[in-house]
Amino acid sequence: MAVTGVFMSAVADTHAQDHHHGPAKGISRWLLTTNHKDIGTMYLIFSFTMFLLGGTMAMVIRAELFQPGLQIVQPEFFNQMTTMHGLIMVFGAVMPAFVGLANWMLPLMIGAPDMALPRMNNWSFWLLPCAFLILVSTLFMEGGAPNFGWTFYAPLSTTYGPPSTTFFIFAVHIMGISSIMGAINVIATILNLRAPGMTLMKMPLFVWTWLITAFLLIAVMPVLAGVVTMMLMDINFGTSFFDASGGGDPVLFQHVFWFFGHPEVYIMILPAFGAVSHIIPAFSRKPLFGYASMVYAVGAIALLSFVVWAHHMFTVGIPITGQVFFMYATMLIAVPTGVKVFNWVATMFRGSLSFEAPMLFAVAFVILFTIGGFSGLMLAIAPADFQYHDTYFVVAHFHYVLVPGAIFGIFASAYFWLPKWTGHMYDETLAKTHFWLSFIGMNLAFFPMHFLGLAGMPRRIPDYALQFADFNMVSSIGAFMFGATQILFLFIVVKCVRGGERAAAKPWDGAQGLEWTVPSPPPYHTFATPPEVK
Amino acid sequence: MAENQSYYVPEQSKWPIIATVGLGVTLYGAASIMVNAQKGESSTGAWIMFLIGAMIMAYILFGWFGNVIRESRAGLYSPQMDRSFRWGMSWFIFSEVMFFAAFFGALFYVRVFAVPWLGGEGDRGSSNMLWEGFQATWPLIQTPNPEAYPPPEAIIGPWGLPLVNTILLVTSSFTITVAHHALKAGNRTKVKIWMIATILLAIGFLVLQAEEYMHAYQDLNLTLESGIYGSTFFLLTGFHGAHVTLGTLMLFIMLMRINKGHFTADSHFGFEAAAWYWHFVDVVWLGLFVFVYII
Repeated sequence: MAVTGVFMSAVADTHAQDHHHGPAKGISRWLLTTNHKDIGTMYLIFSFTMFLLGGTMAMVIRAELFQPGLQIVQPEFFNQMTTMHGLIMVFGAVMPAFVGLANWMLPLMIGAPDMALPRMNNWSFWLLPCAFLILVSTLFMEGGAPNFGWTFYAPLSTTYGPPSTTFFIFAVHIMGISSIMGAINVIATILNLRAPGMTLMKMPLFVWTWLITAFLLIAVMPVLAGVVTMMLMDINFGTSFFDASGGGDPVLFQHVFWFFGHPEVYIMILPAFGAVSHIIPAFSRKPLFGYASMVYAVGAIALLSFVVWAHHMFTVGIPITGQVFFMYATMLIAVPTGVKVFNWVATMFRGSLSFEAPMLFAVAFVILFTIGGFSGLMLAIAPADFQYHDTYFVVAHFHYVLVPGAIFGIFASAYFWLPKWTGHMYDETLAKTHFWLSFIGMNLAFFPMHFLGLAGMPRRIPDYALQFADFNMVSSIGAFMFGATQILFLFIVVKCVRGGERAAAKPWDGAQGLEWTVPSPPPYHTFATPPEVK
Repeated sequence: MAENQSYYVPEQSKWPIIATVGLGVTLYGAASIMVNAQKGESSTGAWIMFLIGAMIMAYILFGWFGNVIRESRAGLYSPQMDRSFRWGMSWFIFSEVMFFAAFFGALFYVRVFAVPWLGGEGDRGSSNMLWEGFQATWPLIQTPNPEAYPPPEAIIGPWGLPLVNTILLVTSSFTITVAHHALKAGNRTKVKIWMIATILLAIGFLVLQAEEYMHAYQDLNLTLESGIYGSTFFLLTGFHGAHVTLGTLMLFIMLMRINKGHFTADSHFGFEAAAWYWHFVDVVWLGLFVFVYII
């Protein structure tokens, strides 16, 4: 019988540990790897590709919105662009980038030989191109791609969605499996593979933030799986989860979705908090101010993130008691977040500062993420939110926390760690150019959106009333500038990979941590024997 | 905590990329089946794709786990590796708990808020204007729009089949614990007997659950399309049944391994992982029994 055959098989495809080959050659190296550095590199390349793809969709959106009227695309296609832009950026660019950083840096930071479960690690990666192949292919299906916004509310997505919605649902399932397995790997690695002497309260901040992010992922990705399964059943099998005529409720969708959705946005920012907590001390040549409070703050933010979801639903008809609770709980999150912002500033205070590219992005992060946080506080005030909801004010808020928040955090990390990964220094002048053009472009693109929202411009529309024209034009110009600048980033990265000034093991004199004790670039296998940590 | 054995890091492996292809083909096939059915087109091609994908998945499950078992039996795994597996399995089970939590949460919301509001009670009782005459009860024997969602004629009471199923599953949690103690005591025959008992109880549960579904569909008009009662009933019990099926498969594999002479009294994490999963499945059933059947 086949089952017994497997167990009696004498196939020995397990190597003994002693002979480490260097990396294999050719494409099979990448398909078959179990190495955290290779897998980290693949995640980063994938995420940047998705960033450019999602960015192209943003360019289509901003091109259409450049002037009032419908010049470039049909409204139906415009809706597909806004939906896919959101999905690709959230699930294809930001999340995989942070996973790539985790894969590269976590084992190095804790002195581990690799992630806890290296084969599962590779599966987590390769599931993503698979999922996005399916998702992007929906653009070419009959009826078009998903067109109901990245938040895919029912019944727009169930009763009125295109046929490709079912494929979208399965793509989300595949992404979810990838994320959950990746998060399990991160937790097992951090809890189990730390070098002797590295107690929890000696762990670097990036490790702490990823530990907590991984917990959030394991807790809420299954809930996303639940909600898309309910959608699948409503669409294909006649259930009535979101249909009141069967006793269900469209608002149920929003509750389950946002129970996932709110922790999701913290999943997208906590690793950036961690990275910035490495970069600012390094370029201030001063230790991070208030290590313990930084750790507790991240824990508090994560815990609170579970009880604020309905601040996305103030206008939908939830009872007033609910609105009051969620308003206060949401405002409360500003407290631990504020602790972190103050601690970053305090780290810089009386430090010996220099402003290489990582530090430029990190400082911009602190200032601009805080601005995003302020618009978030405005949105948290339920009665005020009745005016802001579903306007461009919301779009401004989340782009401020995601672009100069998550994305600048990723850029800062990339510049900070590129010398380690490649063994070469990147071109500092070009990098600073990338920073300034991104900074100016991003602010031009998104600051006017605050005013547009307050003046009443709704979200997710391909055409708008004439009074919104001027700010839309400014925003589009800023967006084009920001978008074009990312091609410069591509050039900088490729140039750095191919050559440049030799990087030392520790190219940044203020940097601390085990990752700076290994050569740049590190050997294929590092920390086969864990170091002793004092 | 001096470790004499270094942490095993496997060299290259073909399983992840094959598993990716397998999962992608399976789910793309599943999506195609559903979309073609909606369009009224033939889904033969889609079914073939789905089945090919499922076979690839079966192949990699045997291959990958087989690989891990061989590495374990070759002594490549340190106690630290064992801890990685324990953490991994625990957090995986936690993720499964959260998946069920989404459906229990939906049930809670529907029973405490949505249906009472549709019936006219409470803060949002104006929802009753949508379907006048709708009475909010639970179980929902009357749906707001009976043409769109024909309600069930009756529901499945807790004290018949479901009670038997509860006894079967809870007993099986005991039998697997007896098997585990026997394994730790080194009594191989006793392990086999009590594992077989566990598996028979599990199969009994699945057979009775299938009968219950047939009874619901054929006699009670309780289907997926019977409004929100049917939706929550079948999704909760259905996913539970799927997990029992997976758990039974895991138990069966463990029995095969015991027959082959795998596991020692001190080292049998595969068995423990299957047992943990089995207890999880049992606890979910108890939650179902209380919140879906009884109250």
